[in-house]
Amino acid sequence: MIDNLKILYHQGKQFIPDVTTVVVPGIFRGRPIISREKVEIETLMKLCPTKAITSNPVAIDLGKCTFCGECAMQFPEKIKFTTDYKISANDRQQLIIKEGDENRIEINPKTVRDDIHRIFGKSLKLRQISAGGDNSCEWELNASNNVQFDMSRFGIEFVASPRHADGIAITGPISENMAEAVQICYDAVPEPKIIVLIGTDAISGGIFAESSAINRSFLEKYHIDLYIPGNPAHPLTIINGLLDLTRKQ
Amino acid sequence: MNYISVSNNQTINISLIPVIDYNTFFELNTGFIINRPERHCVNYYGYYFNGKIKLICCIADDSTHEIFLSSSLVELSATLDAFTSKLLCFEKFEREIHENFGIKFSGHPWLKPLRYPFNRFDKSQTIANYPFYSIDSEELHEVGVGPIHAGVIEPGHFRFICNGEQILHLEIQLGYQHRGIEQLFIEKKNLIQRITLAESIAGDTVVGHSTAFSHIWESLCDYKVSREIEFTRTIALELERIAIHTGDLSAVCTDIAYQLGSSVFGRLRTPIINFMQEWCGNRLSKGLIRPGYNKFPFDQLLANRLKNILDTFEPDFSEMCKQLFKLPSALSRFERTGVVSNDDVKSIGTVGLSARMSNLKRDIRLSHPYSLYNELDHEPICKRHGDVYSRVQIRKLEVKQSIEHIRKLLENIPDHLDNELMNSPKLNSFSISLVEGLRGEICHCAITDQKGELLHYKIKDPSFHNWMALALSVRNNEISDFPICNKSFNLSYCGHDL
Repeated sequence: MIDNLKILYHQGKQFIPDVTTVVVPGIFRGRPIISREKVEIETLMKLCPTKAITSNPVAIDLGKCTFCGECAMQFPEKIKFTTDYKISANDRQQLIIKEGDENRIEINPKTVRDDIHRIFGKSLKLRQISAGGDNSCEWELNASNNVQFDMSRFGIEFVASPRHADGIAITGPISENMAEAVQICYDAVPEPKIIVLIGTDAISGGIFAESSAINRSFLEKYHIDLYIPGNPAHPLTIINGLLDLTRKQ
Repeated sequence: MNYISVSNNQTINISLIPVIDYNTFFELNTGFIINRPERHCVNYYGYYFNGKIKLICCIADDSTHEIFLSSSLVELSATLDAFTSKLLCFEKFEREIHENFGIKFSGHPWLKPLRYPFNRFDKSQTIANYPFYSIDSEELHEVGVGPIHAGVIEPGHFRFICNGEQILHLEIQLGYQHRGIEQLFIEKKNLIQRITLAESIAGDTVVGHSTAFSHIWESLCDYKVSREIEFTRTIALELERIAIHTGDLSAVCTDIAYQLGSSVFGRLRTPIINFMQEWCGNRLSKGLIRPGYNKFPFDQLLANRLKNILDTFEPDFSEMCKQLFKLPSALSRFERTGVVSNDDVKSIGTVGLSARMSNLKRDIRLSHPYSLYNELDHEPICKRHGDVYSRVQIRKLEVKQSIEHIRKLLENIPDHLDNELMNSPKLNSFSISLVEGLRGEICHCAITDQKGELLHYKIKDPSFHNWMALALSVRNNEISDFPICNKSFNLSYCGHDL
């Protein structure tokens, strides 16, 4: 008993008091800012492993970006990654950052379904589906609920059964072999329900976008309620994204 | 000679690998391994070659630090004697060759599909119709779990045959995570795309797989890697081991409903992966390892920071371990649960922790050293019982060992140098790279064509060998002990499915 108390004491204070304002330590590649500097755009575009950089105007699609930072390292005067981790959006177009764009990415309240605030505002239970994910987003989702990030303090949790869930959270590009399971799981969730895509692989297929082994037809059938970018998505990105979607501003 | 001997990270001309007829190939490779526990198969695979299939077998010898390569050319419709009829450790390799090319192996005990790749030979076989073993009995029942599991983990299907609460047999069906990675290595032409792919093989073994790819690429391009680059890789490999082992200890505690251990180990993982973020901008080290260059030099400032982190990590980690291993309710769940005997691990050819748990000393850091492991006097940690307790103990001891290795490395930090440019890969070459990831030996093999382009790329994650050990470990255990057996192995689904 005394040993247990000692252990508890030695942990000190671990939880992050305010996960909406905390600053991430060290280097963090969050929301990028693209300057209007003239650079050799062809070279810049070729650097990107997932073709996330496009021209006219120069833009980075965070739904495709792997956040490897190669572009910012070779063209520091053109692209800079800020430490802003609030990069989730409910509209796919918001994830495309154009040159000169310095605004924060925010959930667009006009396109959030009416019932989301009302029904999921204080409690949201999600069924996570790993569909061809590489287990990195899964690690970060588990970390979102550890004693430091402690997402469940907001009433947001992952549940075992789709029958208990308010929606699904997909990680991974959706492999052909998982396509049917994703559909069955989604069908088993009672209405009303939401779909959240977590990580670059889920949002665009990422590095697997052109693979013959994936099948993303499920995503064409339904409205996606939230996109949480990252490779993998940082726990703070995940928590803030889910909070911004479900809480009234 | 029927074979050629190479060392880890060596590139040779593909024509130097002798092509022998299948019967000689069979005798040679089974002969290498039978009654020689210091040898095992690190990779055995096939690829299309002039309308036929070329089989390449790579056998590693841990005592002489060699890898024996041999090959054989067989017809597409061939029926061949199965290596598996003599040695169970070839079981998955032959299933893979059968699934990809339709080659039949006679004498194979279960020539079932392995991962249902998109380019499989027989497309009429689908993942929904896997031919499970079933039973016809009034007393026994089957339990199916997955592909979607209760927790936030990867997909796979487990089919148990049980007598009451007791598991008689477990069959594990994988393939749900198949993303066609090996094919993408050929299709994606930029180096940055390929290293991104290597980082995406298994998200918890980012450093392991990206180091294996980098070594193979540097070897193909005949590039002399600086000590500084190898230094950063060694540090990162050991930090990855510490982080995932600590996370696994947390998961094991969760599965025995020990909340304190679960929370403390869970939070202890954070400073380690947050250090990775401070160093390279990603908690799981994505973007850190690159072939031929280092974007994130490891300087004295980072070294001091890491020393501080380890100094505060270690006492908290030791304190929690001490408490866990004297807790009767934890020990009663760990001890004699999920046993795989030494004979069994030798027969199925497990690697890494899943071999060392039963006193089979397999560790690439010692047997085929790479990076800076030659300087570290690494001695693998082995246990004898092959139960959950052994696996959990090894994780604890390996975390401490990794901390010691890192401390030793930090005494002498190499200066950052500008790296020389890399040449393009050699033509018509074969290269092999072995890396000891946190689960065991990772093996990558590459073949280039007459233009120096990648012709074939083969990846083998340690889990490929070890899934069978999990299936055997749960036999005659209570079904309620399955989660803890599973977590104590912590095998990779995506590493297997590719």
